[in-house]
Amino acid sequence: MKIAASKLARFEQAAMPHFDAAYNLARWLTRSSGDADDVVQEAFLRAFTFFDSFRGGDGRAWLFSIVRNTCYTWLRKNRAQEMMTEFDEALHSAETASPETLQLRRADSEMVREGLGKLPAEFREVLVLREMEDLSYKEIADVTGLPIGTVMSRLARARKRLHDHLCEPASQESSA
Amino acid sequence: MSCKEIRVFMDGYLDRELDLVRSIDLERHLHDCSECAALHQARMAVRAAMGAGTLRYAAGERLKKNVRAALAERDREERKAQRHGFQIPWTAIAAAAAAFVVAAALWMRPGANPVENDVVASHIRSLMANHLMDVPSTDQHTVKPWFAGKLDFAPPVKDLAADGFPLVGGRLDYIGNHAAAAIVYRRNQHIINVFLWPGTHEGRIRAAGGQGYNVIQTVSNGMQYWVVSDLNRQELQQFTERLLAP
Repeated sequence: MKIAASKLARFEQAAMPHFDAAYNLARWLTRSSGDADDVVQEAFLRAFTFFDSFRGGDGRAWLFSIVRNTCYTWLRKNRAQEMMTEFDEALHSAETASPETLQLRRADSEMVREGLGKLPAEFREVLVLREMEDLSYKEIADVTGLPIGTVMSRLARARKRLHDHLCEPASQESSA
Repeated sequence: MSCKEIRVFMDGYLDRELDLVRSIDLERHLHDCSECAALHQARMAVRAAMGAGTLRYAAGERLKKNVRAALAERDREERKAQRHGFQIPWTAIAAAAAAFVVAAALWMRPGANPVENDVVASHIRSLMANHLMDVPSTDQHTVKPWFAGKLDFAPPVKDLAADGFPLVGGRLDYIGNHAAAAIVYRRNQHIINVFLWPGTHEGRIRAAGGQGYNVIQTVSNGMQYWVVSDLNRQELQQFTERLLAP
């Protein structure tokens, strides 16, 4: 009983400091505050259940991977359509120097928030982990279970897509 | 460095993951090339807008309170179960569910075995460059802990170098709809992928093959094993026996 009691205390110490970061990831992946609440609660209960298999180390990365998996399970169940179309998209456009590149010298946070929200989940995910949580490529690879090479190419494509979203009005002007 | 190379290295540079020599080359290029410099500036502008916590969402206090209450409740349940000498068999429940999914999949399509097709496809994919391993290591004590937090089960990893099957590494994979551990071994130049996930149905060793690969499927200690390789049947059988030996 003593051991079980300390499990909660140990979990509190390992996981709760990352509560806001976990919420932020869930919020960006589900794009809804109500759904993020549900996912975070489920993820923390899941993390607690499997806490015995956590062998120390980076509690944040461990928690992120559970939140991420819970999010994807949730997305597949509730937004299967969205997941499908996002994965089917052709995402292999090469980075080219375009006129609008030169116009983006300053980016407004609200515009970036909107642009980021339009990206597919797997692009949002790498950008949130990299830019907001400052995770290294290796850490992102550990959280997502992706090879580092995939993490790198996904980040590059995500930034390119975000850039394109931010430049949309400008590119329409220049083509008119 | 050409502009094309710069575009490839730009992200690594922004993320401080590019080596020093390339970073210096890239900075020199940015100094001379206005187009690449503009792109760099654009990337920095977007990063500035995203960083410093401006786009972060904070969790509400009520959610934090609710989660803490749910955790305390779950903790009470677990302790109560322990006092009564009964543990909630989460892994057994997960294993049973996984076995059910596999059994259902096998039963629903008697002609083709979708799991077998999946493991063979995954094996082939893993042979392509850079796809074989997430954790390259010949040390079982490096490979095994790597899976912690990525899977809700601990896959067994064995050192079979003495038997002529050295460990090469491990990676996370998806078979059907669930996460699986892929442990990679080698016999001379032949790669052996061992796919693992919790499962309990039928304990006999079943051999199959297709597309030029040999496949051995079995269940041991509550784990589904799918062993795939282009190694000949006899040696693969021998490997599987060593792998499952206590």
